[in-house]
Amino acid sequence: MRDYERYIRYRTFPTPWCPGCGDGTILKSIAMAFAELKYDADDIVVVAGIGCSGRIPTFFNTNTLHTTHGRALTFATGIKLAQPDKHVIVISGDGDALAIGGNHLIHAARRNIGIKMILINNGIYGMTGGQVSPLTPQKFFTETTPYGNIEPRFDVVDLLVAAKASFVARETVNRLIPLKQVIKKSFQHRGFSVVEVISNCHINLGRKNRMKNPIDMTRWIATKTVTQPEYDKLDPEARRHKYPVGVFVEDKERLEYTDLYYQHIVPAAKAEAEREAARRAGRKK
Amino acid sequence: MIKRQVLQGNIIVAKAAIDAKCDFFAGYPITPSSEIAQYMSRELPKLGKDFIQMEDEIASLGACIGAALSGRKVLTATSGPGFSLMQEHLGMAVMAEIPLVIVNVMRGGPSTGMPTKPSQADIMQARWGTHGDHPIIALYPAFAEQLYFETIRAFNLSEKFWNPVIILLDEVIAKAHEDLTIPRKKDISVYWEKTKKIEDLNIYDRKIGQNPPRVDFFKGYPIHIDGLEHDKHGWPTTDPDTVQKMQTLRMQKIYHYLDEIVKFEEYEMDDAEIMLFSFGVSARSALAAVEMARAEGIRAGLFQALTIWPFPKKALAERFRRVKKVLTVELNMGQAKYEIERVAPDDVDKRALLRANGVPFTPAEVLAAIKEFPR
Repeated sequence: MRDYERYIRYRTFPTPWCPGCGDGTILKSIAMAFAELKYDADDIVVVAGIGCSGRIPTFFNTNTLHTTHGRALTFATGIKLAQPDKHVIVISGDGDALAIGGNHLIHAARRNIGIKMILINNGIYGMTGGQVSPLTPQKFFTETTPYGNIEPRFDVVDLLVAAKASFVARETVNRLIPLKQVIKKSFQHRGFSVVEVISNCHINLGRKNRMKNPIDMTRWIATKTVTQPEYDKLDPEARRHKYPVGVFVEDKERLEYTDLYYQHIVPAAKAEAEREAARRAGRKK
Repeated sequence: MIKRQVLQGNIIVAKAAIDAKCDFFAGYPITPSSEIAQYMSRELPKLGKDFIQMEDEIASLGACIGAALSGRKVLTATSGPGFSLMQEHLGMAVMAEIPLVIVNVMRGGPSTGMPTKPSQADIMQARWGTHGDHPIIALYPAFAEQLYFETIRAFNLSEKFWNPVIILLDEVIAKAHEDLTIPRKKDISVYWEKTKKIEDLNIYDRKIGQNPPRVDFFKGYPIHIDGLEHDKHGWPTTDPDTVQKMQTLRMQKIYHYLDEIVKFEEYEMDDAEIMLFSFGVSARSALAAVEMARAEGIRAGLFQALTIWPFPKKALAERFRRVKKVLTVELNMGQAKYEIERVAPDDVDKRALLRANGVPFTPAEVLAAIKEFPR
């Protein structure tokens, strides 16, 4: 048994994913990051919403919580506040995190609460059978855009930078080792972190856009992937069609939410309680 | 020394929650329940505990479930529109069997309705608001002392049955300042069976009718909690036998313990010929009307439901063996009256005093309705 396998709950196998799906790669890279950081499995909780990505927690041999569509971050917020010392991981898909859960995403980023989010971007609603998502590229065909998608997609990194997230990174499922490294790095960050992982859904997105097998689709992802220095050299028009990878924001100065709560709110409230008690004692005399 | 205080209804509930050892509150501002959140934001940090204002009511209940799974006793408070948003996670809490308490200070509806006016129109939403078959407990206090003790009871029931408990409050009661004799610590009994060490995944493994032990994360053995239908290990399943068993388990953990959960108060019921059935602010008007009727020689009595869900069917059925006239008094277009119609036999004269204009009944109005029964 390899080191990371103790974080895998084999009892719940097989997985529900299509052959060639990127979710398996992500499952493995997260488990590898756990192993390298030597986390105690019972100190971890993996929370997810609904969709193909939502089924990932079942396969971790850690505490796991499968919640409602788009709301995993809200549950994670409650857990992190109640147990600030635990490792709270959220796995979310693009529809989950940016459509139905968009509000929770920007507020978690704004609060800088120490949740580690893995945002799997396959550009489609996979589990429901291939409908357009807020991250589907323009002009792509899906089950609900039979004439091509006219809506522009969100840039997750730009969105989260604007929402003041303190750690933002992007990787792709094509690059397992850099993916594992960046996930590990995000786990070591104290505040809110998001790693956007570009993944392949050849079944539901690829099939309708001339990339019906996983090799075609991962090749397409590879052509879209550029490093940050390469990206900086591109003109604005060319940038629109590329996914730069790497760590974009890493703000270690900003205090994490639960740290702030226990350093600022609780002492202030306790001082107020003491003043109240003194006032009461004064009145009695 | 007996300590008395004049307190707002909302504050009585919040105070009782803290006395019931509530140590986590996540909420979103909404009239007329905001005072509960305000009180908790002031008081919980004094105890080193957590308060958070979330981005909406869905998130509030989500955070509450997360905290409840991390060993906390949680409360949230809202009103109609927020309660509508919470239905999604209310279902999740029922499915995953999470103990938590939701206060719904009802206001005029539907939609934004009348934020500052009372209504008793969320009774059916409390029962059937979230989709799917589900057990629910809803309490409905009316007097200051009931507000306090029913809040404590709500926490105890949620802990014991591993189920969300809803406290329904009327806007006028929540906003009114009333005299309360602060109960002493020894007069309160708080049920809280802390999670023992977990040693296996079979957290939902129990017999039908058995009430479950509390299960939390981080108790020595990693567990899985799911909003999907699950088996005894918490793992998703669609196996018909397992699903049917889990549905029955969830329903029966409440319906096996009705005598413990269902609570009501009776006034002048011993020799009553006319029974008033009411709750909340309407019960207060009804009680005054009963006294007025008695003064005039009319033998009226009041049955005040403190537990509205599960409905006090058994107790009412017993009353209907003798009492053949019933008047349901409620501030809505008719909700509890349908439940009364289901319980009362055909020979009972069933009437209802209904209104949904944001104005509570006066005792005189209730008395007039009593007098309409043929003598």
